[in-house]
Amino acid sequence: MPELGQYAGVVLSAWGVGLGLIVALVWASITRARRVKAELERIERGGS
Amino acid sequence: MRALVLRDLRLALRAGGGFGLGLAFLLIIVTLVPFGIGPDRALLGAVAPGILWVGALLAVLLSLDRIFALDHEDGSLPLLVTSPLPGEGIALAKAAAHWLTTGLPITLAAPVLGLLLDLAAPARLWLLLALALGTPALSMIGTFGAAVTLGVRRGGLLLSLLVLPLYMPVLIYGAELARRGAAGEAVTTPLLMLAGITLATLALLPFATALVLRVNLR
Amino acid sequence: MSIWEYANPKKFITTFGPWVMPLMVVAGVLLVVGLGWGFFLTPEAQNFGSTVKIIYIHVPSAFVAINAWIMMLVTSLVWLIRRHHVSALAARAAAPVGLVMTVIALVTGAIWGQPMWGTWWAWEPRLTSFLILFLFYLGYIALWSAVPEPETAADLTSAVCIVGSVFAVLSRYAVLFWAQGLHQGASLSVDRAEHVADVYWLPLMVSMAGFVALFVALVLMRTITEIRARRITALMARAERAEAVA
Repeated sequence: MPELGQYAGVVLSAWGVGLGLIVALVWASITRARRVKAELERIERGGS
Repeated sequence: MRALVLRDLRLALRAGGGFGLGLAFLLIIVTLVPFGIGPDRALLGAVAPGILWVGALLAVLLSLDRIFALDHEDGSLPLLVTSPLPGEGIALAKAAAHWLTTGLPITLAAPVLGLLLDLAAPARLWLLLALALGTPALSMIGTFGAAVTLGVRRGGLLLSLLVLPLYMPVLIYGAELARRGAAGEAVTTPLLMLAGITLATLALLPFATALVLRVNLR
Repeated sequence: MSIWEYANPKKFITTFGPWVMPLMVVAGVLLVVGLGWGFFLTPEAQNFGSTVKIIYIHVPSAFVAINAWIMMLVTSLVWLIRRHHVSALAARAAAPVGLVMTVIALVTGAIWGQPMWGTWWAWEPRLTSFLILFLFYLGYIALWSAVPEPETAADLTSAVCIVGSVFAVLSRYAVLFWAQGLHQGASLSVDRAEHVADVYWLPLMVSMAGFVALFVALVLMRTITEIRARRITALMARAERAEAVA
């Protein structure tokens, strides 16, 4: 852990928000991709 | 095209609400602002051009959905679009009718309402000029937005979300022109930019509006 | 062989589908290296103390936020001119990514501005331009989800994207005229004198590459998802029609 000095809270909160949002975005994209893929496979297998 | 403008004007007059609502809305805003920020005359005079510009913008926004909605409901819009009149002409005519029923009355009324906000005499003239130059662009951009949200049910909120960011350059230069004119500073840049934006909007946006109309009536 | 072959949805999925995971891994490695390097191994800056480390998130996200919109503009034009569905769907897939990047740039900037400029927010050209960009993303995404008919939605959003781009550029200059700058000069530019110092530049470059790789991977994945979702709606509609006939 590097010495962040008096701005530790600032730096960490900015990184937290930034990385948190990126992780949320990636997670949302992946789960939706999986859900849609499974749904499509189900429909196509259903032969309707 | 002229027939279309006249028809829209007659409809707006007969339905009543056209002229009145936008003006009443602006009056209400002007009445509410002093309650919100206090009756200090110097402060009111300083913010008056900005308040009147934002009020005019919102009043225009409120009346946008009427541009196409009525014609869309009674089925005359498809007839208009398939008529020999080009879609660009329809867009321009609709915007003109909208400006005559909303933009023009607001422009004329704003300096008078400025009296309530302690707006000084030269500032009233500059505001009149700025609004006269800017409101046609507001009507044209709004016509484009109304054409985009034509098929969306309860599209009012979406319409404002789409149109308000597009209004920003007009608002910036318009309010700045009124402010600088009142303060006696150089006005050439905002004056030319505002006029340029309005002319460019009137020249180019009818094409986008016609494209969007055709898409929505496919 | 031409680039338009990839406009076939099937071909697009089979060609780019396998790229998504490797690209994600590349993005992950680049981000870990770039961000780790920046966070642990770079010195504090003279005037900013340790807050200089925020640059490794702030600048790449702003970069991606702007370029995502440019990508959407290009794909919208391709859709309007050549009517390739994949192109329209790619624009739709990129918008939420651009929106999130805009939010990250705005929020990290505000957090940084609080101790450095003494304020969370200033009505200042760059900040205001980004706020406007944020509004454009919101309107664009809202329009996509409001129009049920896919082809109409693609046409309308493309028109809005193109008109919006023109007005975004206008707003940028209007805002420059309207207020004085407080923001730091460009961190990255062709002019070397304007650059950040070399110690920060290298890790920043790695982070940028990581953000770009992440963006490409996400957009590919989301485009494929949109293609599949579109196919689901088409299949459902077909089944309904068959039922109605029977």
